[in-house]
Amino acid sequence: MTRFLQPGPSGPGPVLRLRTWIGPLPLQQSLLFVGVLLLFAVLGQNTADSMHRMGLTPGFAFLSHQANFEIGESVLSYSAGDSYARALAAGVANTVKVAVAGCLLATVLGVALGIARLSGNLLLASFVHGYVEFLRNTPLLLQLFLWSAIIHALPPPRGAYTFLGSVYLSNRGIYLPSLSIEGVPTIVWLSTVVLAVLAAVLLCRQLFAGSAFYLPKSAGVALAVLALCYLALTSLGFAASVEIPAKGGFNIRGGLSLTPEFAALLVGLVVNASASISEIVRSGIQSVKSGQWEAARALGLRPAQILRLVVLPQALRVIAPLMISSFLDLTKNSSLAVAIGYPDLVSVANTTANTTGQALEAIIIIGAVYLTISLSVSSVMNVYNRRVVLRGEGKR
Amino acid sequence: MSQIELASPVAPDWHRWRQGLFNGWGNGLVTLGTLATILWLALPLFRWAVIDAVWFGTSADCAEETAGACWAFVGAKLRFMLFAFFPPPLQWRPALVVAFILTLLAVSALPRFWSFRLVPVWLLALLGSWLIMAGTGAMEPVSTNHWGGLPITLTVSIAGLAFAFPIALLLALARQSDMGILRCLAIAFIEVLRGVPMIAILYVAMLIVPMALPSGATIDKLLRAQIGVTLFFSAYLAEVIRAGLQVVPVGQREAALSLGLSRIQLLRLVVLPQALRAVIPAIVNLAIGIVLNTSLLAVIGIYDLLNAAKTSATDPGWLGFYSEAYIFAAAVYFVICFTGSRYSLWLERKLNGANRR
Repeated sequence: MTRFLQPGPSGPGPVLRLRTWIGPLPLQQSLLFVGVLLLFAVLGQNTADSMHRMGLTPGFAFLSHQANFEIGESVLSYSAGDSYARALAAGVANTVKVAVAGCLLATVLGVALGIARLSGNLLLASFVHGYVEFLRNTPLLLQLFLWSAIIHALPPPRGAYTFLGSVYLSNRGIYLPSLSIEGVPTIVWLSTVVLAVLAAVLLCRQLFAGSAFYLPKSAGVALAVLALCYLALTSLGFAASVEIPAKGGFNIRGGLSLTPEFAALLVGLVVNASASISEIVRSGIQSVKSGQWEAARALGLRPAQILRLVVLPQALRVIAPLMISSFLDLTKNSSLAVAIGYPDLVSVANTTANTTGQALEAIIIIGAVYLTISLSVSSVMNVYNRRVVLRGEGKR
Repeated sequence: MSQIELASPVAPDWHRWRQGLFNGWGNGLVTLGTLATILWLALPLFRWAVIDAVWFGTSADCAEETAGACWAFVGAKLRFMLFAFFPPPLQWRPALVVAFILTLLAVSALPRFWSFRLVPVWLLALLGSWLIMAGTGAMEPVSTNHWGGLPITLTVSIAGLAFAFPIALLLALARQSDMGILRCLAIAFIEVLRGVPMIAILYVAMLIVPMALPSGATIDKLLRAQIGVTLFFSAYLAEVIRAGLQVVPVGQREAALSLGLSRIQLLRLVVLPQALRAVIPAIVNLAIGIVLNTSLLAVIGIYDLLNAAKTSATDPGWLGFYSEAYIFAAAVYFVICFTGSRYSLWLERKLNGANRR
């Protein structure tokens, strides 16, 4: 009778795993943890006591009460008398609006400036260098104050500065031409266009992968797809027209109007972030060793192909995480809106705290919203990083 | 690019400029376009800031139609912008503090003077600044509510960095340690503080801390803001130091352990000297970030340099010269931070050179 040696479990059991996770000094660590919990409990109790003394009840019940303040501008419809929850949601929507617009514009401006810095033209590169140095060595809040002062110092609408008769700068705001679309609900035409663009991208990848003249061919396909889209939508009653703002009496009507506060915040954030993005783009492209350029040239690739097939894929590995963190910075910096009167989340929460006295709850809401944004973006980013690192040089 | 430099190591300046500006018609067009843009932007600005500017005089001179920038305003309100509401006859005290701190900064910036003796010197300097500003003993006391301007910006930044450093060091070590609970606490602290805007931390310091203290206890407003700034930047500094810890090769730790060093000795003698040396330039950059971000104190009503400049334009005698006030403040911040960033670059080159040798 032979006894077979039974193989043990494939890994350590849950208890052992917990023990290894906790590591040395388990008792002291648990005490520290309990200590931290106690500290928060004591602080929380004190806060609750102080709130009771001020005649406030801790908790989020106030969210359903009527908010009796106005909000300067809002993407969500809101008016005084709606609930505090609605007001805060309007604040979140305003934060998202300025953050999304800011990230898009800052990317465009930043990439352009980064390329200008690398263009080889001495004057342009030094000009951009000066721009970047000025922006990186003065406080953002000061830049926002300055933009706000500049916009408020513009002439009134009657004497507004105008460019090409379609862009107006005045102290009541900035007016831009807008695209007005009728006949089809927004969601329908927007999703059609997005789907069509996705389809075009996939099609191009399938058809022209690795072929010469990739860009011209893809551009042709994209144009054809967009034209098809337009025709299909027109048959459904879609009509697009460009609306140009025009002076009328004491005001400017039509087009897309940006309030002075929104314009100052947007311009300030975009200009500030464009400086760091341009540095990110520059250092990312310079991080690709010159041997890569030379090898690609020796293989007979054209400059555009070198950039697209050799340099950018490697540079993006450096650029992407830094770019995302500067988008997060821009989003967090948009909280400075409170100082120049744009009703973002922080500003609405501040007003809520002042009118209800529920400061703790207001700050918890601010923290929760920003933490949700930051943590979700950075966890997505971690997944991306792991992917590009594994595909590339392996773990460093 | 390196090839060109090798081929003509001593290209004359005019040659380099001609290469950079006009090698080919495309580049020439870019040069002309840039020049036109710069002139288009700079000429009106130059006219406003220099030609039409009022350098001396009263606010009546600045109110004229043709007047450009009113630098007379900056001259008249200079002391307010630098020291805010500090009682004017006693303003030598903040001035002394600023001069002293700047001198000490210049001295500590030189690697020749780097030693652990700087730590007690700086702590004494910060304590001394506080005592001189507050005026204890023989001098007339001045409440922190009246402090303001440049001394606030400088001392809050420096104290923020100084006190954030030990906290950040502990956080970075905790985040790297093999003790699970400790590591999680450190990660939670760092990620929460890095995930929220600084304004939120300052609101906590202003609005929540007074409520969370046991009834009857109070902490000075400026001190609360200082604690908020310190904790906020300790999270960022912890990440900088962690990057330094990751640079130290594993072999160094193993070698030290095999020599029989204890864990404390391992850290103090082997790991930290290498880790911190690697991140000194990054720490200088973070310090610049702290100086720039102390301007947020303006939002919670502390009169730092920016808020003092802003408030100076609400003087009934000199109403509304906001642009001049902001430009002055921008110039001060720029001088401080630009010097700092050049210093950081110089340091990086110097330290790298030392490593290579």
